[in-house]
Amino acid sequence: MSTETVQKEPASKIEISPDVAGGEIPTFDITLKVRRYNPEVSDEAHWDEWQLTMYGTDRVLDALHKVKWEHDGSVSFRRSCAHGVCGSDAMRINGRNRLACKTLLKDLDTSKPILVEPIKGLPVEKDLIVDMEPFFQSYREIMPFLVSKGHEPTKERLQSAEERDRYDDTTKCILCAACTSSCPVFWTDGQYFGPAAIVNAHRFIFDSRDDAGDMRLEILNDKEGVWRCRTTFNCSEACPRGIQVTKAISEVKQAILTRRV
Amino acid sequence: MATPIIETPRSGRVAPGYSRSSTSRGNFEMIAWLFMRLSGAILVVLIFVHLYVNLVAGDGISGIDFGFVAGKWADPVWQIWDLTLLWLSMLHGTNGIRVIINDYAEKNSTRMILKGVLYTATVVIVVLGTLVIFTFDPCPVIDGVAHVADYCPAP
Repeated sequence: MSTETVQKEPASKIEISPDVAGGEIPTFDITLKVRRYNPEVSDEAHWDEWQLTMYGTDRVLDALHKVKWEHDGSVSFRRSCAHGVCGSDAMRINGRNRLACKTLLKDLDTSKPILVEPIKGLPVEKDLIVDMEPFFQSYREIMPFLVSKGHEPTKERLQSAEERDRYDDTTKCILCAACTSSCPVFWTDGQYFGPAAIVNAHRFIFDSRDDAGDMRLEILNDKEGVWRCRTTFNCSEACPRGIQVTKAISEVKQAILTRRV
Repeated sequence: MATPIIETPRSGRVAPGYSRSSTSRGNFEMIAWLFMRLSGAILVVLIFVHLYVNLVAGDGISGIDFGFVAGKWADPVWQIWDLTLLWLSMLHGTNGIRVIINDYAEKNSTRMILKGVLYTATVVIVVLGTLVIFTFDPCPVIDGVAHVADYCPAP
Protein backbone atom coordinates (compact mmCIF):
# COMPACT_ATOMS: atom_id res chain seq x y z
CA MET A 1 0.00 0.00 0.00
CA SER A 2 1.17 3.44 -0.80
CA THR A 3 -1.50 5.43 0.95
CA GLU A 4 1.03 7.20 3.10
CA THR A 5 2.52 8.89 0.05
CA VAL A 6 -0.77 10.56 -0.75
CA GLN A 7 -0.53 14.08 0.52
CA LYS A 8 -3.47 16.07 1.62
CA GLU A 9 -4.07 19.15 -0.44
CA PRO A 10 -3.21 22.24 1.58
CA ALA A 11 -6.14 24.33 2.67
CA SER A 12 -6.99 27.33 0.56
CA LYS A 13 -5.21 30.51 1.57
CA ILE A 14 -7.76 32.82 0.05
CA GLU A 15 -9.70 34.67 2.67
CA ILE A 16 -13.34 35.25 1.84
CA SER A 17 -15.11 37.71 4.05
CA PRO A 18 -18.33 36.30 5.45
CA ASP A 19 -20.50 38.96 3.77
CA VAL A 20 -19.44 37.88 0.28
CA ALA A 21 -21.61 35.00 -0.86
CA GLY A 22 -19.06 33.20 -2.98
CA GLY A 23 -20.34 31.14 -5.89
CA GLU A 24 -23.95 31.63 -5.00
CA ILE A 25 -26.23 30.93 -7.90
CA PRO A 26 -29.59 32.66 -8.05
CA THR A 27 -32.58 30.37 -7.71
CA PHE A 28 -36.06 30.79 -9.07
CA ASP A 29 -39.31 28.86 -9.12
CA ILE A 30 -40.65 27.40 -12.31
CA THR A 31 -43.71 25.47 -13.38
CA LEU A 32 -42.85 22.59 -15.67
CA LYS A 33 -45.65 21.11 -17.75
CA VAL A 34 -44.85 17.86 -19.52
CA ARG A 35 -47.02 16.16 -22.12
CA ARG A 36 -47.54 12.63 -20.78
CA TYR A 37 -48.57 9.63 -22.82
CA ASN A 38 -48.60 6.01 -21.76
CA PRO A 39 -50.36 3.64 -24.18
CA GLU A 40 -50.55 0.98 -21.46
CA VAL A 41 -52.76 3.22 -19.33
CA SER A 42 -54.65 5.47 -21.73
CA ASP A 43 -54.79 6.29 -25.41
CA GLU A 44 -55.14 9.95 -24.52
CA ALA A 45 -52.18 12.18 -23.75
CA HIS A 46 -52.41 14.60 -20.86
CA TRP A 47 -50.36 17.32 -19.19
CA ASP A 48 -48.62 16.88 -15.85
CA GLU A 49 -47.38 19.86 -13.91
CA TRP A 50 -44.66 20.33 -11.29
CA GLN A 51 -43.47 23.32 -9.28
CA LEU A 52 -39.68 23.27 -9.04
CA THR A 53 -37.01 25.48 -7.54
CA MET A 54 -34.17 25.62 -10.02
CA TYR A 55 -30.81 27.36 -10.29
CA GLY A 56 -29.76 29.97 -12.82
CA THR A 57 -27.32 27.51 -14.38
CA ASP A 58 -29.94 24.79 -14.89
CA ARG A 59 -31.24 23.63 -18.23
CA VAL A 60 -34.60 22.12 -19.14
CA LEU A 61 -32.91 18.72 -18.94
CA ASP A 62 -31.98 19.41 -15.30
CA ALA A 63 -35.60 20.22 -14.56
CA LEU A 64 -36.68 16.95 -16.19
CA HIS A 65 -34.04 15.09 -14.16
CA LYS A 66 -35.29 16.71 -10.98
CA VAL A 67 -38.82 15.58 -11.78
CA LYS A 68 -37.73 12.06 -12.67
CA TRP A 69 -35.40 11.63 -9.73
CA GLU A 70 -37.37 13.40 -7.01
CA HIS A 71 -41.03 13.58 -8.01
CA ASP A 72 -42.22 11.04 -10.57
CA GLY A 73 -39.90 8.28 -11.74
CA SER A 74 -42.24 7.27 -14.54
CA VAL A 75 -41.49 10.37 -16.64
CA SER A 76 -39.74 9.06 -19.74
CA PHE A 77 -37.38 10.88 -22.05
CA ARG A 78 -34.20 10.17 -23.98
CA ARG A 79 -30.87 11.69 -23.16
CA SER A 80 -27.34 10.42 -23.41
CA CYS A 81 -24.46 12.86 -23.35
CA ALA A 82 -26.47 15.80 -21.97
CA HIS A 83 -24.08 18.22 -23.64
CA GLY A 84 -25.60 18.88 -27.05
CA VAL A 85 -23.58 16.34 -29.01
CA CYS A 86 -25.51 13.07 -29.09
CA GLY A 87 -28.82 14.52 -30.27
CA SER A 88 -31.01 12.33 -28.06
CA ASP A 89 -33.07 14.91 -26.22
CA ALA A 90 -34.66 16.98 -28.97
CA MET A 91 -38.08 18.03 -27.73
CA ARG A 92 -40.67 20.71 -28.25
CA ILE A 93 -40.08 23.30 -25.53
CA ASN A 94 -42.56 26.19 -25.42
CA GLY A 95 -43.61 25.28 -28.96
CA ARG A 96 -40.11 25.27 -30.44
CA ASN A 97 -37.91 22.30 -31.19
CA ARG A 98 -34.75 22.43 -29.11
CA LEU A 99 -32.33 20.22 -27.24
CA ALA A 100 -33.34 20.05 -23.56
CA CYS A 101 -29.64 19.95 -22.67
CA LYS A 102 -28.86 23.20 -24.47
CA THR A 103 -31.83 25.26 -23.34
CA LEU A 104 -31.18 27.23 -20.16
CA LEU A 105 -34.23 27.76 -17.98
CA LYS A 106 -33.26 31.39 -17.38
CA ASP A 107 -33.55 32.06 -21.13
CA LEU A 108 -37.19 30.98 -21.10
CA ASP A 109 -40.10 32.95 -19.70
CA THR A 110 -40.17 31.54 -16.15
CA SER A 111 -43.25 33.57 -15.20
CA LYS A 112 -45.34 31.17 -17.28
CA PRO A 113 -45.35 27.36 -17.22
CA ILE A 114 -42.63 25.82 -19.38
CA LEU A 115 -44.28 23.41 -21.82
CA VAL A 116 -42.37 20.31 -22.83
CA GLU A 117 -43.80 18.04 -25.54
CA PRO A 118 -42.40 15.27 -27.71
CA ILE A 119 -41.25 16.36 -31.18
CA LYS A 120 -44.10 16.46 -33.67
CA GLY A 121 -44.74 14.30 -36.70
CA LEU A 122 -43.27 11.04 -35.38
CA PRO A 123 -45.28 8.38 -33.52
CA VAL A 124 -45.06 8.89 -29.74
CA GLU A 125 -44.06 5.76 -27.83
CA LYS A 126 -44.16 7.09 -24.29
CA ASP A 127 -44.11 10.60 -22.83
CA LEU A 128 -41.30 12.42 -24.64
CA ILE A 129 -39.99 9.35 -26.49
CA VAL A 130 -40.90 9.08 -30.16
CA ASP A 131 -40.29 6.34 -32.70
CA MET A 132 -37.31 7.64 -34.68
CA GLU A 133 -37.34 4.76 -37.17
CA PRO A 134 -39.15 6.65 -40.01
CA PHE A 135 -36.60 9.45 -39.57
CA PHE A 136 -33.63 7.07 -39.78
CA GLN A 137 -35.22 5.21 -42.68
CA SER A 138 -35.10 8.42 -44.77
CA TYR A 139 -31.54 8.97 -43.59
CA ARG A 140 -30.50 5.49 -44.71
CA GLU A 141 -32.16 5.95 -48.10
CA ILE A 142 -29.86 8.80 -49.11
CA MET A 143 -26.78 6.56 -48.58
CA PRO A 144 -24.96 8.48 -45.83
CA PHE A 145 -21.56 6.93 -46.50
CA LEU A 146 -18.64 7.49 -48.84
CA VAL A 147 -19.09 5.83 -52.23
CA SER A 148 -16.05 5.91 -54.50
CA LYS A 149 -15.35 4.50 -57.91
CA GLY A 150 -12.18 2.81 -59.05
CA HIS A 151 -9.38 1.36 -57.00
CA GLU A 152 -8.87 2.16 -53.39
CA PRO A 153 -5.98 4.63 -53.15
CA THR A 154 -2.85 3.53 -51.35
CA LYS A 155 -2.70 6.80 -49.44
CA GLU A 156 -5.32 9.13 -47.99
CA ARG A 157 -7.88 10.77 -50.28
CA LEU A 158 -6.64 14.31 -50.65
CA GLN A 159 -8.95 17.29 -50.49
CA SER A 160 -8.20 20.99 -50.56
CA ALA A 161 -9.36 23.32 -47.80
CA GLU A 162 -11.80 24.95 -50.28
CA GLU A 163 -13.27 21.59 -51.24
CA ARG A 164 -13.71 20.75 -47.56
CA ASP A 165 -15.36 24.11 -46.94
CA ARG A 166 -17.99 23.42 -49.58
CA TYR A 167 -19.92 21.05 -47.31
CA ASP A 168 -18.53 22.04 -43.91
CA ASP A 169 -21.87 23.35 -42.60
CA THR A 170 -23.73 20.09 -43.19
CA THR A 171 -21.12 17.95 -41.42
CA LYS A 172 -22.35 19.37 -38.12
CA CYS A 173 -25.60 17.36 -38.09
CA ILE A 174 -26.17 15.23 -34.98
CA LEU A 175 -29.39 13.57 -36.24
CA CYS A 176 -31.54 14.87 -33.39
CA ALA A 177 -34.58 15.23 -35.72
CA ALA A 178 -35.33 18.75 -34.48
CA CYS A 179 -35.42 20.01 -38.08
CA THR A 180 -37.48 17.22 -39.65
CA SER A 181 -40.03 17.29 -36.83
CA SER A 182 -40.36 21.09 -37.12
CA CYS A 183 -41.26 20.88 -40.82
CA PRO A 184 -44.99 21.42 -41.52
CA VAL A 185 -44.70 19.36 -44.70
CA PHE A 186 -43.41 16.41 -42.68
CA TRP A 187 -46.23 16.80 -40.12
CA THR A 188 -48.91 16.12 -42.75
CA ASP A 189 -48.17 12.52 -43.61
CA GLY A 190 -44.52 11.82 -42.81
CA GLN A 191 -43.77 10.93 -46.42
CA TYR A 192 -41.35 13.80 -47.07
CA PHE A 193 -37.67 12.85 -46.82
CA GLY A 194 -37.23 15.73 -44.41
CA PRO A 195 -34.51 18.32 -43.89
CA ALA A 196 -32.15 16.03 -41.96
CA ALA A 197 -31.93 13.45 -44.76
CA ILE A 198 -31.33 16.20 -47.33
CA VAL A 199 -28.67 17.85 -45.14
CA ASN A 200 -26.82 14.55 -44.86
CA ALA A 201 -27.16 13.94 -48.60
CA HIS A 202 -25.73 17.44 -49.14
CA ARG A 203 -22.74 16.49 -46.99
CA PHE A 204 -21.81 13.74 -49.50
CA ILE A 205 -23.12 15.28 -52.74
CA PHE A 206 -20.71 18.20 -52.38
CA ASP A 207 -17.81 16.09 -51.09
CA SER A 208 -15.12 16.05 -53.78
CA ARG A 209 -14.04 12.52 -52.74
CA ASP A 210 -17.50 11.03 -53.22
CA ASP A 211 -18.65 9.61 -56.56
CA ALA A 212 -22.33 8.85 -55.88
CA GLY A 213 -23.61 12.43 -55.96
CA ASP A 214 -25.73 11.70 -59.04
CA MET A 215 -27.39 8.75 -57.35
CA ARG A 216 -28.26 10.83 -54.31
CA LEU A 217 -29.62 13.65 -56.48
CA GLU A 218 -31.75 11.09 -58.28
CA ILE A 219 -33.10 9.80 -54.95
CA LEU A 220 -33.96 13.32 -53.81
CA ASN A 221 -35.57 14.21 -57.16
CA ASP A 222 -38.52 12.21 -55.85
CA LYS A 223 -42.12 13.36 -55.39
CA GLU A 224 -41.33 13.35 -51.65
CA GLY A 225 -37.83 14.76 -52.12
CA VAL A 226 -36.43 18.29 -52.19
CA TRP A 227 -39.32 19.69 -54.24
CA ARG A 228 -41.65 19.38 -51.26
CA CYS A 229 -39.57 21.97 -49.42
CA ARG A 230 -41.58 25.20 -49.11
CA THR A 231 -38.67 27.23 -47.67
CA THR A 232 -40.51 28.04 -44.43
CA PHE A 233 -37.15 28.08 -42.59
CA ASN A 234 -38.59 26.17 -39.60
CA CYS A 235 -35.69 23.71 -39.93
CA SER A 236 -33.00 26.40 -39.95
CA GLU A 237 -34.53 27.93 -36.83
CA ALA A 238 -34.85 24.59 -35.07
CA CYS A 239 -31.33 23.28 -35.74
CA PRO A 240 -29.41 23.22 -32.44
CA ARG A 241 -26.15 23.14 -34.39
CA GLY A 242 -26.97 26.28 -36.38
CA ILE A 243 -26.83 24.52 -39.74
CA GLN A 244 -28.28 26.62 -42.56
CA VAL A 245 -30.66 23.80 -43.43
CA THR A 246 -32.88 25.65 -45.89
CA LYS A 247 -29.79 26.90 -47.72
CA ALA A 248 -28.48 23.36 -47.99
CA ILE A 249 -31.80 22.16 -49.40
CA SER A 250 -31.74 24.99 -51.97
CA GLU A 251 -28.24 23.99 -53.00
CA VAL A 252 -29.40 20.43 -53.57
CA LYS A 253 -32.32 21.77 -55.66
CA GLN A 254 -29.86 23.82 -57.71
CA ALA A 255 -27.64 20.78 -58.16
CA ILE A 256 -30.55 18.69 -59.46
CA LEU A 257 -31.54 21.49 -61.86
CA THR A 258 -28.09 22.19 -63.26
CA ARG A 259 -27.54 18.48 -63.77
CA ARG A 260 -30.75 18.13 -65.76
CA VAL A 261 -31.61 21.42 -67.43
CA MET B 1 -42.19 -24.76 -21.97
CA ALA B 2 -41.74 -22.80 -25.14
CA THR B 3 -39.91 -19.56 -24.61
CA PRO B 4 -41.85 -16.63 -26.00
CA ILE B 5 -39.94 -14.95 -28.75
CA ILE B 6 -39.48 -11.26 -28.13
CA GLU B 7 -38.64 -9.27 -31.19
CA THR B 8 -35.57 -7.07 -31.09
CA PRO B 9 -36.70 -3.50 -30.47
CA ARG B 10 -36.83 -1.44 -33.66
CA SER B 11 -35.49 -4.20 -35.86
CA GLY B 12 -35.77 -2.15 -39.02
CA ARG B 13 -39.52 -1.78 -38.59
CA VAL B 14 -40.97 1.46 -39.88
CA ALA B 15 -44.32 2.54 -38.46
CA PRO B 16 -47.14 2.00 -40.97
CA GLY B 17 -48.00 5.13 -42.87
CA TYR B 18 -44.45 6.37 -42.91
CA SER B 19 -42.87 4.10 -45.51
CA ARG B 20 -42.94 5.69 -48.92
CA SER B 21 -45.23 3.43 -50.93
CA SER B 22 -43.89 4.08 -54.38
CA THR B 23 -40.78 5.88 -55.41
CA SER B 24 -41.80 8.18 -58.21
CA ARG B 25 -38.78 8.98 -60.27
CA GLY B 26 -39.35 11.32 -63.16
CA ASN B 27 -39.02 15.05 -63.36
CA PHE B 28 -42.60 16.24 -62.95
CA GLU B 29 -42.04 17.83 -59.53
CA MET B 30 -38.84 19.47 -60.71
CA ILE B 31 -40.51 20.91 -63.80
CA ALA B 32 -43.47 22.09 -61.71
CA TRP B 33 -41.07 23.81 -59.30
CA LEU B 34 -39.18 25.47 -62.15
CA PHE B 35 -42.44 26.47 -63.86
CA MET B 36 -43.62 28.26 -60.72
CA ARG B 37 -40.49 30.40 -60.63
CA LEU B 38 -40.37 31.23 -64.34
CA SER B 39 -44.12 31.86 -64.76
CA GLY B 40 -44.08 33.96 -61.58
CA ALA B 41 -41.42 36.25 -63.03
CA ILE B 42 -43.26 36.56 -66.37
CA LEU B 43 -46.61 37.12 -64.65
CA VAL B 44 -45.30 40.13 -62.76
CA VAL B 45 -44.68 41.91 -66.09
CA LEU B 46 -47.88 40.67 -67.74
CA ILE B 47 -50.13 41.61 -64.81
CA PHE B 48 -48.74 45.07 -64.15
CA VAL B 49 -48.83 46.11 -67.83
CA HIS B 50 -52.38 44.70 -67.99
CA LEU B 51 -53.41 46.73 -64.93
CA TYR B 52 -51.76 49.90 -66.22
CA VAL B 53 -53.28 49.71 -69.71
CA ASN B 54 -56.76 48.91 -68.41
CA LEU B 55 -56.99 51.07 -65.32
CA VAL B 56 -54.58 53.98 -65.67
CA ALA B 57 -53.77 54.79 -69.30
CA GLY B 58 -56.22 56.83 -71.39
CA ASP B 59 -59.59 57.35 -69.69
CA GLY B 60 -58.51 55.10 -66.87
CA ILE B 61 -61.04 53.00 -65.06
CA SER B 62 -64.03 54.91 -66.48
CA GLY B 63 -63.03 53.98 -70.02
CA ILE B 64 -63.68 50.28 -69.53
CA ASP B 65 -66.68 48.81 -71.33
CA PHE B 66 -67.36 46.05 -73.84
CA GLY B 67 -66.14 48.38 -76.57
CA PHE B 68 -62.81 48.92 -74.86
CA VAL B 69 -62.31 45.17 -74.47
CA ALA B 70 -63.36 44.50 -78.06
CA GLY B 71 -60.97 47.19 -79.24
CA LYS B 72 -58.10 45.62 -77.37
CA TRP B 73 -58.86 42.17 -78.70
CA ALA B 74 -58.99 43.44 -82.26
CA ASP B 75 -55.23 43.74 -81.93
CA PRO B 76 -53.41 40.37 -82.11
CA VAL B 77 -50.75 41.67 -79.68
CA TRP B 78 -53.35 42.02 -76.92
CA GLN B 79 -54.95 38.72 -77.89
CA ILE B 80 -51.64 36.94 -77.38
CA TRP B 81 -50.89 39.04 -74.28
CA ASP B 82 -54.18 38.13 -72.61
CA LEU B 83 -53.98 34.52 -73.75
CA THR B 84 -50.52 34.17 -72.16
CA LEU B 85 -51.78 35.92 -69.06
CA LEU B 86 -54.76 33.59 -68.81
CA TRP B 87 -52.82 30.38 -69.32
CA LEU B 88 -49.82 31.24 -67.16
CA SER B 89 -51.88 32.58 -64.27
CA MET B 90 -54.29 29.64 -64.37
CA LEU B 91 -51.51 27.04 -64.50
CA HIS B 92 -49.48 28.93 -61.87
CA GLY B 93 -52.49 29.16 -59.57
CA THR B 94 -53.57 25.58 -60.17
CA ASN B 95 -50.12 24.27 -59.40
CA GLY B 96 -50.03 26.38 -56.25
CA ILE B 97 -53.34 24.96 -55.05
CA ARG B 98 -52.22 21.44 -56.03
CA VAL B 99 -49.17 21.87 -53.81
CA ILE B 100 -51.30 23.19 -50.94
CA ILE B 101 -53.65 20.20 -51.29
CA ASN B 102 -50.65 17.85 -51.20
CA ASP B 103 -49.35 19.58 -48.08
CA TYR B 104 -52.56 19.80 -46.10
CA ALA B 105 -54.71 16.83 -47.13
CA GLU B 106 -53.74 13.87 -45.00
CA LYS B 107 -55.46 11.09 -46.89
CA ASN B 108 -54.88 10.13 -50.50
CA SER B 109 -58.63 9.90 -51.13
CA THR B 110 -59.13 13.51 -49.93
CA ARG B 111 -56.30 14.58 -52.19
CA MET B 112 -57.87 12.85 -55.18
CA ILE B 113 -61.27 14.49 -54.66
CA LEU B 114 -59.89 18.00 -54.09
CA LYS B 115 -57.53 17.76 -57.05
CA GLY B 116 -60.36 16.45 -59.23
CA VAL B 117 -62.43 19.55 -58.43
CA LEU B 118 -59.37 21.76 -58.97
CA TYR B 119 -58.44 20.32 -62.38
CA THR B 120 -62.05 20.43 -63.60
CA ALA B 121 -62.35 24.09 -62.62
CA THR B 122 -59.03 24.87 -64.31
CA VAL B 123 -59.98 23.19 -67.58
CA VAL B 124 -63.37 24.93 -67.68
CA ILE B 125 -61.90 28.37 -67.00
CA VAL B 126 -58.99 28.00 -69.42
CA VAL B 127 -61.18 26.70 -72.27
CA LEU B 128 -63.89 29.30 -71.68
CA GLY B 129 -61.35 32.12 -71.39
CA THR B 130 -59.53 31.09 -74.55
CA LEU B 131 -62.82 30.90 -76.42
CA VAL B 132 -63.86 34.38 -75.26
CA ILE B 133 -60.56 35.98 -76.24
CA PHE B 134 -60.95 34.82 -79.85
CA THR B 135 -64.73 35.07 -80.31
CA PHE B 136 -65.63 38.12 -78.28
CA ASP B 137 -68.51 40.08 -79.81
CA PRO B 138 -69.40 43.36 -78.07
CA CYS B 139 -72.68 43.77 -79.95
CA PRO B 140 -74.39 40.40 -79.75
CA VAL B 141 -77.70 39.69 -81.45
CA ILE B 142 -79.75 37.41 -79.22
CA ASP B 143 -83.07 36.01 -80.51
CA GLY B 144 -83.14 38.56 -83.29
CA VAL B 145 -82.80 41.44 -80.83
CA ALA B 146 -79.64 43.48 -81.12
CA HIS B 147 -78.28 44.46 -77.74
CA VAL B 148 -77.03 47.76 -78.95
CA ALA B 149 -74.79 50.02 -77.01
CA ASP B 150 -73.84 53.48 -78.24
CA TYR B 151 -70.49 52.21 -79.58
CA CYS B 152 -72.14 49.53 -81.74
CA PRO B 153 -72.77 50.24 -85.41
CA ALA B 154 -76.43 50.79 -86.28
CA PRO B 155 -78.05 47.52 -87.34
